[in-house]
Amino acid sequence: MEFSEIFLEGLGTLTLNKTRTGLAILGIVIGIGSVIALVSLGQATQQTVQNQIQALGSNLLTISPGAINQGGVRGAAGGRTNLTLDDADAISSSPEITTIKNISPELSRRTQVITGGSNTNTQVVGVVPAYAEVHKVSIASGNFISQKDMDAVTKNAVVGPQVVSDLFGDGANPLGQSIRINKQTFTIVGVTTSKGGTGFLNQDDIIFVPLSTAQKQLFGANYLSSIALEAKSSDIMTDAQNEVGYFLLSRHKLSDPSEADFSIVSQQDIINTASATTGTFTSLLAGIAAISLLVGGIGIMNIMLITVTERTREIGLRKALGAKKKIITTQFLTESVILTFTGGIIGALFGIITSYIISRITGFPFVISGSSILLAFAVSGGIGILFGWYPAHKAANLEPIEALRYE
Amino acid sequence: MSTKPIIQTNHLSKIYKTDLLETVALSDITFEINRGEFVAIMGPSGSGKSTLMHILGALDQPTNGEYVLDGEKVEKLTDDELADIRNRKIGFIFQAYNLLPRTTAIRNVILPMIYAGIPKEEREDKAKKYLAMVGLENRNEYTSNQLSGGQQQRVAIARALVMNPSILLADEPTGNIASVQAEEIMTIFQNLNNEGHTIIMITHEPDIARHSTRIIKIKDGKIHEDYINHKQRRIKFKT
Repeated sequence: MEFSEIFLEGLGTLTLNKTRTGLAILGIVIGIGSVIALVSLGQATQQTVQNQIQALGSNLLTISPGAINQGGVRGAAGGRTNLTLDDADAISSSPEITTIKNISPELSRRTQVITGGSNTNTQVVGVVPAYAEVHKVSIASGNFISQKDMDAVTKNAVVGPQVVSDLFGDGANPLGQSIRINKQTFTIVGVTTSKGGTGFLNQDDIIFVPLSTAQKQLFGANYLSSIALEAKSSDIMTDAQNEVGYFLLSRHKLSDPSEADFSIVSQQDIINTASATTGTFTSLLAGIAAISLLVGGIGIMNIMLITVTERTREIGLRKALGAKKKIITTQFLTESVILTFTGGIIGALFGIITSYIISRITGFPFVISGSSILLAFAVSGGIGILFGWYPAHKAANLEPIEALRYE
Repeated sequence: MSTKPIIQTNHLSKIYKTDLLETVALSDITFEINRGEFVAIMGPSGSGKSTLMHILGALDQPTNGEYVLDGEKVEKLTDDELADIRNRKIGFIFQAYNLLPRTTAIRNVILPMIYAGIPKEEREDKAKKYLAMVGLENRNEYTSNQLSGGQQQRVAIARALVMNPSILLADEPTGNIASVQAEEIMTIFQNLNNEGHTIIMITHEPDIARHSTRIIKIKDGKIHEDYINHKQRRIKFKT
């Protein structure tokens, strides 16, 4: 018996009881649909986080001061004051350093900012002009902090769009307006373009002032909170990390990397960590969805077992007319695979539409990987065989006389 | 045509065992049926005639004894080998017709040919030919629930004949059919017998059994009587 005939016959049988067929398929639709939608949601989250980290700059290395260790008590990382502008200048002027393109010494604090009747608490960062290059900051209106501002220790400030809307309201033009930071009056000379991001990655809720002003007048500190470095290319990130690391060790008169009073983190490390976290999240979501797929599969088995019982006489007749076990097995397996595969196709569409709606609502990117769709089809076919096998086997092994007698 | 009997049984017995008791359904059944005979197997219910029918139809196997059908030994075979014998050598006609539900007459007749692997065009032609033979040439595309009991049984006869089997095995073929239509079915059986088909029919109605050429009566799992139906022979010789 040719397979095409078994297939057509199975299709015919399934269309006879549309309600039952529909309900059996529904379980698989929901299973496959949720796997695709949730995996897509996970991948969208992963991509969003990666994009946000990459928006901080490319080929980025960040030097932070090490933690203070006193008498075995380990203090907070970044609490030390041993990273200075001299370190930054030494790195940029040393002939030994060949892997670094741009260097951006930074001093940042969270502080209260006031204007007229409104105020906000935001990140204030003392920067040099290279900051814009290293962190890929672009200007929507006005100018960024210039070398002139640095040299003259001006009280000019560049603000992020979030700060503008917090202090002046949406769409206001803040250029030339005054704001008070730490009881000192600054003039807004520029607004950055929006970079997006949320929480600690929010690049829009930020105020830039000249590093010289920040150190000498605003915070009264001669140290830095971090130095950001842009490597010449992404291939030499590890080399750059080692080069700068050993240079700073010798500058700080330390002989062993384990004694280092600073740490260097490459952007790739952060991305890898974030990817691992969001990857776990994606697997978790897929796992939950897989449970509903399993339940759908059991639904198929249930329906197929009912079908076998209902069609006992028919199976007996077919065997009496000469159907061999293999044909009966194939017939029932085909029916269950048609059920799950149809469920798989509808479920995939349903999942894609759901992910699209989620992406439209949340603003996450719309990510559908071909592999998750392929997997959905393979899994739905597999479920058909797995959960259809027992009913099919049961049908094939019915004794023809018993089956013919069955009322 | 060979003169060897088409069915030979040698001391057939069938014993059903449960934990507590043994039930002897058939014991020591030995007989031969020759090509061209029309045999009625009669007996009260519980006499073992259905068990005998199942063994003759290769649906079941005897506990002991030999069964040779058209030169092939039907014992100690696998399920698939039995299925093959049923497909090629036996045409079944059941009391409840047993057509596939919601399936057209022609698809029902085609079914055994599908299992035999006969090519598609040949299947269609043969099915049409046999449906015409039982007088249903205008009912090819009717589904079973659109046909009367007698018509359904005629579809079943066409299905039984289409593989050109060695024997036709009919189990109470008129049990569910009104008497006028039952007569039509028996006329078809007699015509088939006149053309040379070997027919074995189970019935408990003497009125139906009178159409046969030989009557075997079963009682308590044993052959009680086995005789030639001379009346039928005479009618046959007259015509």
